[in-house]
Amino acid sequence: MRKLLNVLYVTNPDSYLAKDGENIVVSVEHKEVGRIPIHNLEGVICFGFMGASPGVMELCASHHVGLAFVSPYGKFLGRVSGRVSGNVLLRKRQYLLSDDEEAAARIAMNCVLGKMLNCRSVLLRFGRDYPEKVSPEFSERLQWLTEGVRQLRESPSDTLNELRGREGILSKCYFDCFDDLILSQDPAFAFESRSRRPPLNRVNALLSFVYTLIAVDCASALESVGLDPQVGFLHRARPGRMSLALDLMEEFRPYLGDRFVLSLINNRVVAADDFLVKENGAVILTDTGRKAVLAAWQRRKTEEVMHGYLDERVPVGLLPYAQSMLLARHLRGDIDGYPPFVMR
Amino acid sequence: MDPDDYLMLSGIQHFAFCRRQWALIHIEQVWKENVLTFGGRQMHRNADDPFFTESRGDVLISRSVPLVSHALKIYGVADVVEYHRSDSGIVIPGREGHWTVVPVEYKAGKRKPDDRDEVQLCAQAICLEEMYRTRIEYGYLYYGKTRRRTEVALDDELRRRVAELVAGMYVLYDAGTTPPAVLLPHCKNCSLVELCMPAVSSRRRSVDRYLATCIGRDDA
Repeated sequence: MRKLLNVLYVTNPDSYLAKDGENIVVSVEHKEVGRIPIHNLEGVICFGFMGASPGVMELCASHHVGLAFVSPYGKFLGRVSGRVSGNVLLRKRQYLLSDDEEAAARIAMNCVLGKMLNCRSVLLRFGRDYPEKVSPEFSERLQWLTEGVRQLRESPSDTLNELRGREGILSKCYFDCFDDLILSQDPAFAFESRSRRPPLNRVNALLSFVYTLIAVDCASALESVGLDPQVGFLHRARPGRMSLALDLMEEFRPYLGDRFVLSLINNRVVAADDFLVKENGAVILTDTGRKAVLAAWQRRKTEEVMHGYLDERVPVGLLPYAQSMLLARHLRGDIDGYPPFVMR
Repeated sequence: MDPDDYLMLSGIQHFAFCRRQWALIHIEQVWKENVLTFGGRQMHRNADDPFFTESRGDVLISRSVPLVSHALKIYGVADVVEYHRSDSGIVIPGREGHWTVVPVEYKAGKRKPDDRDEVQLCAQAICLEEMYRTRIEYGYLYYGKTRRRTEVALDDELRRRVAELVAGMYVLYDAGTTPPAVLLPHCKNCSLVELCMPAVSSRRRSVDRYLATCIGRDDA
């Protein structure tokens, strides 16, 4: 596996990025506050509106460093990439399979299987670590989930709609357990249920923020292996939507996203006042909260995990890349299916 | 066939080394730099100056010479072409006398165990022969590591090998297929090893069985 490099998170919304030789220079109000050689970077994510010079964009594009812009609240705005690269034949194959309901369903099926297996593992691990906290409902739902995964595999869905339906039911079953996984007694960190646009509590605000980070990584990873992040299998193409990135991230939501959010709360990396609760109930991460999350995220990415299919240790931060490559290899016909990443 | 659609001459060295490596670069359009390729690029940058012609008495040295062979349907650039004054050979506008054409290919490393550098040089010579309507009997490979040039005889066997390789390149290119990976010792020197994944791709491990193991694992 290739080397994991750093991601530069520019959190100050007043920062401007410029190029100086082979360096990215970060300045605030015309004063240089940081300087990083491009060779040390995997990607750059800017949380702000000041932007970057065309020189920086060229520098990033020519070194295959992803450059993404995200609003201060974590909403994805856009990405700069160089000219269209990669194999046009691979992309045509991707489009062809995306239009072929049966073929699309087979790939989508493995994405969903990966996700549900990882959901189950999150619950199983919690049950092992905190057997005293496990309620009868929790065990019952875990059993449903296990049964659901087995059925998914034994009688796969022929149509994507059916697959989406089954995925929805199993996901709900999993999120119904989520409150049990939060060890904090603080009512500020009650989960209740999944809410988005806007997130209506702190847990959901964290989940949405971390999912954005994963989605950006998945889109960049897909593009770096020559796939089109907009053309998916489980998620149908819709203008502006990173459908394939969403497909790819299904298996990462529980493994990378949910477990990470739980550890932030349970290990008190974030506190209740790291969030701003708006008058209408929408919850937003504050500046300090966002910094704490990103610092922990960067640490998490450097941890290594055993990849069951590749049979080698992979830094967590490279998992989206490894999976993109496996997907491309499957589309090219090198391997006989898409092997999702499944946590042990 | 439109000359714009010709294959790149430099690809012949990749193809001679590994057909899959060539296909990854020229069909799948992936490229990954490593220490070896970076060194090579630096070296070519030094040799790369199309407006520079050097004259050393009876030897003219021209850099970055554009090449094409309509017979082989390949195009490219020669690092260095030397013109040696002789009794016969080609005529160069603005110069007196006759000159023989001698291609020189610069390589950052050292001699390879296979013939990938020789076939590249020979392919360049075939282009030059076609462009100058002359015959080239030998060329040189210059190796940066040993700082030595080796003379290469451009015999019929080497020429046949070049024609064979180029034909093989067109077969894959026209079909748009990348040959399956074969894990070999030389894979560890390949800059594309992480993209090629020879260990994974040649193992052809069943994804179905992998998923079955994942599902069964925690049941006990």
